[in-house]
Amino acid sequence: MSYSPHTAADRERMLAAIGVESVDDLFADIPSAVRASAWDVPPPLVEQEVRTELARLAGRNRIPEVSFLGAGVYRHLVPSVVGEVIGRPEFSTAYTPYQPEVSQGTLQSIYEFQSLICELTQMEVATASHYDGATATAEAALMACRLTRRNRVAVSAGVNPDYRRVLETYCSGPGIEVVILPIDLTDGGTGTTDPAAVEALGAVACLIVAQPNFYGQLEPMRDLADAAHAGGAQLVAVVEPTSLALLAAPGDDGADIVTAEGQPLGIPASFGGPYVGLMAARMASVRQMPGRLVGATRDVAGRKGYVLTLQAREQHIRREKAASNICTNQALMALAATAYLVAVGPAGLREVAELSTTQARHATAALEDAGLARRRFGGTYFAEVTLNVPDAARRHAALAERGIVAGYLPERHDPALRDTLLLAATELTTDDDIARLLDGLEATR
Amino acid sequence: MALPDDLRYSKEHEWVRVEGSRATIGITGFAADELGDIVFVELPEVGASLGQFATFGVVESVKAVSDLFSPISGEVVEVNETLRASPELLNSDPFGDGWIAKVELADASEVDALMDADAYTAETA
Repeated sequence: MSYSPHTAADRERMLAAIGVESVDDLFADIPSAVRASAWDVPPPLVEQEVRTELARLAGRNRIPEVSFLGAGVYRHLVPSVVGEVIGRPEFSTAYTPYQPEVSQGTLQSIYEFQSLICELTQMEVATASHYDGATATAEAALMACRLTRRNRVAVSAGVNPDYRRVLETYCSGPGIEVVILPIDLTDGGTGTTDPAAVEALGAVACLIVAQPNFYGQLEPMRDLADAAHAGGAQLVAVVEPTSLALLAAPGDDGADIVTAEGQPLGIPASFGGPYVGLMAARMASVRQMPGRLVGATRDVAGRKGYVLTLQAREQHIRREKAASNICTNQALMALAATAYLVAVGPAGLREVAELSTTQARHATAALEDAGLARRRFGGTYFAEVTLNVPDAARRHAALAERGIVAGYLPERHDPALRDTLLLAATELTTDDDIARLLDGLEATR
Repeated sequence: MALPDDLRYSKEHEWVRVEGSRATIGITGFAADELGDIVFVELPEVGASLGQFATFGVVESVKAVSDLFSPISGEVVEVNETLRASPELLNSDPFGDGWIAKVELADASEVDALMDADAYTAETA
């Protein structure tokens, strides 16, 4: 028996009810260039043929031998215990359960995650996670608009360009204006956001700044927070979680909302994810936070238990007035981050951050000493650095042929950054990796 | 429970007490009972301009969130700050200490469109 969800007559009646001519008209908002016009599907294959075909496709992947690619996603050691914990069948779900209080173990793991994020950021409350760093940041902008009853947000040009595109998309629906606070990208410039430029923006709900910024530079967060607050705006800090082991915590630097991509905490770098977004804020703003929150309480017998709390903000209760109807969480990836942080501990995370910054400085010094590159900006950088490299695009491609990814090419999103490379180092970056990068740049001079 | 007969009532279960050019607004005992234990009230800002039957705040109970609809239009001159720490006053004394806001009336005749105690009793019967 074939399953037919609705007949042609059903469809006609539904189209007539909403006043649309044809099913195609429902997709009128989607540009025709990205619409599938015809399905050209090859004939069915037997299992062995499928395996052969998939192996052929997998063989086209080029796994670099050496990589300095970062630009928002970082290759860190993932201790085996992380895979062991998230592979346990009790935990192997991508989502929080629909009858949550019977799953005390899941709720406790999320509560521990929230506690760890609060400790890392020195904020008062953290959500049960978001889809990724970009969506968490866009949600923070919407949250700031609710808190300030303003309809305009400012974002530093030092925030990841992909995050800024997601922010534009999120703000386009509710009609929130996004203004860009430029950063000094000139050769020899600061590579950072100027706090003195904030006042001229006028009234905004928030100022979104990345620390470290997309170009690796450390922003004057305290001054930016003061400038934002002087105009009644919230300061949204987009942070890199391993850096928090070395840098001042955003909660101590005046941030009102903190967001981050949690991938560096025990999640492999992978095209398209899955990753995990982090968000933390002040308790006074908790009712405007999007997404789920787990709280600890006591049952009638006085025993500790965990619950989903403040659910009246959420879409299953508050419907169209919910704090967010478009957010989700990444419970399994949040568990990976929890297992990672517990496994490495505070001292281990500090070692990760220190080794990453040290290797970034070794690489920079080696390339500068050999006359192959020069730091573009002054100031301080974390574990990622923007370098002037003559003929960068050609050499980046030539090095890729040798199995070396020479970081990210900033000219891909900003032509003004032609002939620069954005190199990232982590604790996995070896001295041999640096030597091979140096040799490759030497050979392509 | 007998309703105070010096108040006027709206279909959205708010009450209003007019004294000269000023009006005090709250939610009815019926509304508070229906919501259950109220845990949070989002108050309007002093100086905010309210429209008749437009939303001006939010009440959150353990089981639901509801918008507050102003029964009359006008400018907020005072809000009940006590509710921030003690939202349960809406349940225990909805027509007294659980008042929500005081408003400078924009149009006193709007009150005529509201129900008296008998009409509201019939409405909620």
